[in-house]
Amino acid sequence: MRHVISVLVENEPGVLVRVSGLFSGRGFNIESLNVAETLDPTISRMTLVTSGNEQIIEQIIKQLNKLVNVVKVVDLTGSDFVDREMILIRVKAEASSRAEVLRILDIFRGRVVDVSPKSYTLEITGDEKKVQAVVELLAPFGILEVVRTGKVAISRGRKEGLGTGRAQEQKAEG
Amino acid sequence: MKKTGAEILFESLKHEGVDTIFGLPGGAVLTLYHALGKYAEEIRHILVRHEQGAVHAADGYARSSGKVGVCLVTSGPGGTNTVTGLATAYMDSVPLVVFTGQVPTMLIGNDAFQEADITGITRACTKHNYLVKDVKDLAMTIKQAFHLARTGRPGPVLVDLPKDVVADSTEFSYPSKLKMRSYNPTYQGHPGQIKRAAKLIAGAKKPLIYAGGGVILSNSSKELTALGQKLSIPVTTTLMGLGGFPGSHPFFLGMLGMHGSFHANMAVTHCDVLIAIGARFDDRVTGKIESFSPHSKKIHIDIDPTSISKNVPVDIPIVGDARNILKTLLKYLDEETGQDWAKKHAEWLEQIAEWKRNYNSTPPDSHCGPCIKPQFVIQKIYEITKGDVIITTEVGQNQMWAAQSFLFNKPRTLLTSGGLGTMGYGFPAAIGAQVAFPDKTVIDIAGDGSIQMNIQELATAVQYNLPVKVAILNNHCLGMVRQWQQLFYEERYDQSVFEVVPDFVKLAEAYGAVGLRATKPEEVEPVIRQALSIPKPVFMDFLIDQNECVYPMVPAGAALTEMLLV
Repeated sequence: MRHVISVLVENEPGVLVRVSGLFSGRGFNIESLNVAETLDPTISRMTLVTSGNEQIIEQIIKQLNKLVNVVKVVDLTGSDFVDREMILIRVKAEASSRAEVLRILDIFRGRVVDVSPKSYTLEITGDEKKVQAVVELLAPFGILEVVRTGKVAISRGRKEGLGTGRAQEQKAEG
Repeated sequence: MKKTGAEILFESLKHEGVDTIFGLPGGAVLTLYHALGKYAEEIRHILVRHEQGAVHAADGYARSSGKVGVCLVTSGPGGTNTVTGLATAYMDSVPLVVFTGQVPTMLIGNDAFQEADITGITRACTKHNYLVKDVKDLAMTIKQAFHLARTGRPGPVLVDLPKDVVADSTEFSYPSKLKMRSYNPTYQGHPGQIKRAAKLIAGAKKPLIYAGGGVILSNSSKELTALGQKLSIPVTTTLMGLGGFPGSHPFFLGMLGMHGSFHANMAVTHCDVLIAIGARFDDRVTGKIESFSPHSKKIHIDIDPTSISKNVPVDIPIVGDARNILKTLLKYLDEETGQDWAKKHAEWLEQIAEWKRNYNSTPPDSHCGPCIKPQFVIQKIYEITKGDVIITTEVGQNQMWAAQSFLFNKPRTLLTSGGLGTMGYGFPAAIGAQVAFPDKTVIDIAGDGSIQMNIQELATAVQYNLPVKVAILNNHCLGMVRQWQQLFYEERYDQSVFEVVPDFVKLAEAYGAVGLRATKPEEVEPVIRQALSIPKPVFMDFLIDQNECVYPMVPAGAALTEMLLV
């Protein structure tokens, strides 16, 4: 099963490779990985999408917690959360299809960020299904290039403080 | 007061209580070695002959004494030579701090002479590592490194020191407080969980304790012994746990697993409650996972949450320090008044005794043939020393025979590379243990393959007059490899038999040590006695039977009950 895991880490050089190295070294899967600074400049947030059975996910969370630079790990899957992905897509737009491309874009509330005589570059944000749907609908026109950000996610309506990051241990004892 | 980075390093080491370091100088650490001269009275430097030897020696020092082992090596190859030592210590949770030199910060990334990205290289074999980029961060980094190495699940930490950083100066005061928001090991076990465990143990008919290296690391040998003793619970240990429970105690079953005793493997398969303490259900212990202890409820005490339910699902996990948890557990079990534990477990103990009678790996005596049996050598060492020694081992048959034939009655008396299985570990580790305990007898039980992997350290032993004894069980081959080839690879001994083996007696003499040889069983005892009487490093070359295998043996991937017995 797919899990979206949110990881708060010390904003230090080498942290990303500690996390990615953990995944490659232990044979865990990473489907997407996103990193950026939080409001606290000493802390970065990683949003990881991974998959595995319950036991593997439990190991992933424990192993992440074990990394010295990891401050907090939250498995968002199973809780109420919002996730979004942004996609930049350059699609062929000849005279005959320009209007149709724009109509599709409008339905998905995307934006045109660049125009050339034969193509549009579009920006669309949404959850995975929406982004996927846009790609599928635009495919017949001829997609020239796609860049996706991977998922970012946030839990709904709940304030998430900077705990010790060791909350999962108690869960493990459960 | 202003100090240079080099001075800050050694001042900080003093604050951490370090009085001994193992190392080898080189270009990038010359500033450090120059400063070390000033601290010669307070910090003893043991000059090794290869950086791998430095790390294993620091590891042996740490395992035998419980203190943090410290190394100082140069950049590039100095650092890469520590990798095997770090991986060895990481797998066995040994507290080390290794300082490596690094090229000046402005050259980092330029492929400078003797540059290696050592923090990158060692990321997966250290608990944590640091590259210090500013002399102002040095003291706090060292403080954190020692804290990480010795707390929680201990492990090696590497600190990379660029040449300009240690030459630079800053105000120095050693930080008294440490702030690490992202590192908080759990020491106290969850009381509710411990209570549940006590209840389960109280209701058990066939309980078994399975103890590992965590018992030794947490110094909970006393509490473990009390638990086994008080409740009449039999105890088996892993290789790393040997010495955690007295080896000559009637409730001790020996080691379990691939080369475990018959009755230990039978007991673990048939017990109804398995109490795992500071052990991690390694594949060499469990054999085929599906048939591992299939009828038992499992309690697992471990300080590392990742060890829990990693290989084998457990019923009652307890995260924390084994010693704290065992103390609380004993308290709860004391409340179980009216239990006659001895009577309750008598039937179970009798069953185990019967298994033991059914298959008793009778020690081969000296008259079984013209060849020396390796087990006989180890038993003789035990007899003559009365077990009052620190034993180190190499890896392979020598290691398993030592584990099976020697009775380890006290913790920290067996130093062996259990997790990584590093040949070449035992000799430098023995040197480290001898540095920690100059008055103790330290014996490395070696094979002729393993001893050649760090034999250069004989010069170190001679230089510091460390009277380490090395018992080479010499079968002119890589014995364990040969054993697997004999049993599982059509008896084709591809590349496992040595056509050339050095004359270890002459070799010892060439280094200024002493070499002795035994070729017949009756020479074994005199050689051991003579070696022990010589206050110098001694190589004992025992020419043993090449055909001797380690039994019992559970083939890789088989169930623990599928033991090859002869």
